[in-house]
Amino acid sequence: MNEANGTLLEIENLRVLYEVRGVRAPAVDGVDLTLRAGDALGLAGESGCGKSTLALACLGLLPRNATVEGSIRFLDTEVVGAKPGRLRALRWAGISMVFQGAMNAFNPVRRVGDQVVEAILLHEGVSRSEARSRMQELFEHVGIAPRRAADYPHEFSGGMRQRVMIAMALACDPPLVIADEPTTALDVMIQAQILNLLAQLREERNLALLVITHDLSVLAQVTDRVAVMYAGRIVEEGSATELLTTPRHPYTKSLVSAFPVVGDPASRGIPAGLPGDPPDPAARPPGCAFHPRCPAAFEPCDTIDPVLERHGSRLAACHLVAEEEEA
Amino acid sequence: MLVLNFFLFRILPGDPERTLTRLQRVSPSTIEEVKRELGLDRPLTVQFFDYLGDTARGELGISYVFSRPVSEVIGNALWPTILLLGVATVGATVIGTLLGIWGAWRRGSTVDTASLGFSLITYAMPEFWLGMLLILAFAVALDWFPTSFMSTPGLTDASAGVMLVDTLEHLFLPALTLVLALLGEFALIMRSSVIEAMNEDYVTTARAKGMREALVLRKHVVPNALLPVVTLAALNLGFIVSGAITVETVFSWPGLGQLTSRAINGGPDYPLLQGLFLLFSVAVIFANLAADLLLGLLDPRIGRA
Amino acid sequence: MSAQATRSARSVRLTRRIEAFKSSARLFASNRMGVAGLAILTVFVILALFADVLAPESRLSVTHAPGAPLEPPSAQFWLGTDELGRSVLDLVIQGSQISLLVGFLATAISILIGALVGITAGYFGGWTDVILMRLTDWFLVVPFLPLAIVLAALLGRGLFVIAFVIGIVTWPGTARVVRAQVLTLKERPYVERARALGASDRQIIGRHILPNVFPLIFANTILVVAVAILTEATLSFLGLGDPFSVSWGSILESAFAEGAISLGAWWYLVPPGLCIVLVVLGFTMCGYAFDEILDPRLRER
Repeated sequence: MNEANGTLLEIENLRVLYEVRGVRAPAVDGVDLTLRAGDALGLAGESGCGKSTLALACLGLLPRNATVEGSIRFLDTEVVGAKPGRLRALRWAGISMVFQGAMNAFNPVRRVGDQVVEAILLHEGVSRSEARSRMQELFEHVGIAPRRAADYPHEFSGGMRQRVMIAMALACDPPLVIADEPTTALDVMIQAQILNLLAQLREERNLALLVITHDLSVLAQVTDRVAVMYAGRIVEEGSATELLTTPRHPYTKSLVSAFPVVGDPASRGIPAGLPGDPPDPAARPPGCAFHPRCPAAFEPCDTIDPVLERHGSRLAACHLVAEEEEA
Repeated sequence: MLVLNFFLFRILPGDPERTLTRLQRVSPSTIEEVKRELGLDRPLTVQFFDYLGDTARGELGISYVFSRPVSEVIGNALWPTILLLGVATVGATVIGTLLGIWGAWRRGSTVDTASLGFSLITYAMPEFWLGMLLILAFAVALDWFPTSFMSTPGLTDASAGVMLVDTLEHLFLPALTLVLALLGEFALIMRSSVIEAMNEDYVTTARAKGMREALVLRKHVVPNALLPVVTLAALNLGFIVSGAITVETVFSWPGLGQLTSRAINGGPDYPLLQGLFLLFSVAVIFANLAADLLLGLLDPRIGRA
Repeated sequence: MSAQATRSARSVRLTRRIEAFKSSARLFASNRMGVAGLAILTVFVILALFADVLAPESRLSVTHAPGAPLEPPSAQFWLGTDELGRSVLDLVIQGSQISLLVGFLATAISILIGALVGITAGYFGGWTDVILMRLTDWFLVVPFLPLAIVLAALLGRGLFVIAFVIGIVTWPGTARVVRAQVLTLKERPYVERARALGASDRQIIGRHILPNVFPLIFANTILVVAVAILTEATLSFLGLGDPFSVSWGSILESAFAEGAISLGAWWYLVPPGLCIVLVVLGFTMCGYAFDEILDPRLRER
């Protein structure tokens, strides 16, 4: 039924709570997201805002001490509370992931090619040799010599490993790929290469991408829309170019000024640092979660929690924005 | 490493003279005679080189207790020990590893707690005491197994099949003792290794690919978890050897351990002890090297260009 | 008023240490394993201390034994008698003295040497480190029992010999661990500061390194005692112990020599071994509890 309008992923009021030492704290606190086939959505925010948790939740990969509430629908499967068999079928063939820090994401004692072949064989009933040739095709496609399939993970450079990671993510031809910090810890030059690769692959295969990062300059290149997360919630959402050139929410503003946008020399001024740290999920400040660090905080900010509201093509959860809109 | 080994032996050649005089009250002239006979009146350095040469040639002196060349005595006792240690080590490694994996897999379950407790207790037990208890229970009280030795005396002309069964019967209890004694540590190490491996990122990747838990365990967790176990096992070889000495004594198993016991009580029989010590040390050093090589083979991160 | 406000640095440090000790003690008390271990050990220590009262030497006389040889347990002799007619219970109680004594003595020697070597090698580095580590490595590779046997055989039989031998054989373990810790401590900022201020090596070691390495040494000590007691038992069993004193290992030696096994004299065999197991368990459990205190990561359940 959702195939008709091409909606792949529909997240509704998602909450993920972790239980640590008897205390349950929300890492994701009420998130709504929609992704259609071929969409590229960026998810930005500092470490600890819940972005990675969201990604893992989509695949049902959260640890045992996590409780999930709300709904994550992928095509016609409800991920939250799904049976293990259903989840396993969905993983990689429906949604695959490019993990943060590809070094540890690979098994160090097995050859890289074998690990990709493994992914293929888990979901497709093809012969081993066919899986191998598919794997080699994928390698070529992402720019790695097929003979390198016989190498071990530690024999690759960071950028190359990330490419292998991407090849592996495409192994089962999934309609949606989640990339969690795909370029962190890579050189700027390599970063650009990887991002170009992602953009290219997306076009070729009509891939839907969910790119998670704390580096906004990455999102400018690859995504159409960007959602900014803070303290487990989305605080601003809109088209990538608009949001990055004219951010409305104070948090987005400081994020944007912290990272110069690649290709925009004007943004390379001295970054205005943001004082303080994100709030402890177990001790969320009253009112707007951002207000203790917000340079523009005023009257209602410390008592009333702003709701995500639509202002034209932009979504923002901020009293300031709401006021500006009324004016 | 070998240099230091020889440092110890430097002191040893100097001792026979002292011990001889301690064993028997002999007149000074006899001492002189004996000294000259054993070549002890030559300067120490010459003695040392003599010793090196002799050892290299396999000549380790004459055993006091047996009045036969040490190398011959040791040679006769070699096979029984290899048999016993071989079986026991394999048994302990396999069972211990499996137990460790199971414990980590079902962490906190009754099986896990039970095996942890078991490992703790067997570690605290002197293995020779365990051996004695087992003999009491199974050989004396229940009469299921023979109490000692490697074969029933007098059974020398029976068929090979009967001989084999007989040896196995005799092997069972001592091997069981050693296995139980060594098992605990293997299980413990494997368990913590598996738990650590399960928290690695590549395990999340494997699950993300849609793999069943059991398969993840088998193909990704265990191969990686085995690596530190090999290293640690190599470090513990000293314990295996020590265990062999006491267990063989308890069971009168005719191997190197028993020999050591007799060397102590019958003398002490220095040449024999020296020879045994040399053998034990070399064996452990060898085994450590073998373990290093094995690790190099198993872990592709080591040694590859 | 101001004199009161400025307490000496020493007294501040002292109160801090006492507080730290108190909180550690509280943590220990909450750990069931540790408490159980400590309880077991207390029982045995008391037993050893009062051994002469509970099992007087007179009853252990070889020539005037109170009972008939190798009697099974009865109302008179709770654990039966040995081959000479002495009460096994008495023997075991007396044995605790020697077993524990040798264990502690050996541990003292081992820890002393081990800590000394570890700190020296770790702190001074360079050639000292290399030489000491080569030595340590050699000891670690050579199987400990054959080494102990050779040494004991050479040096003769006697309590101090055994303690010494065990100490010699076990110090490398401590040395390794201590050295590793010292290496990390050496790089800490307060050490650099102290050095910049002109503190001598002795002062730095005494005031900064030693107090921080102490908890580790203590935890290690507990484990070494366990090993020492087991090794003493083994050496005694093999005939290298003091022929004139009674230890659990020597009781087992006698039992074995007298063929207690074939005679089914379980009362002679089981108790000494059981005591060894319990004492070693006690120490191991305390050691685990202590490990959890030291390393907060392990505390997560």
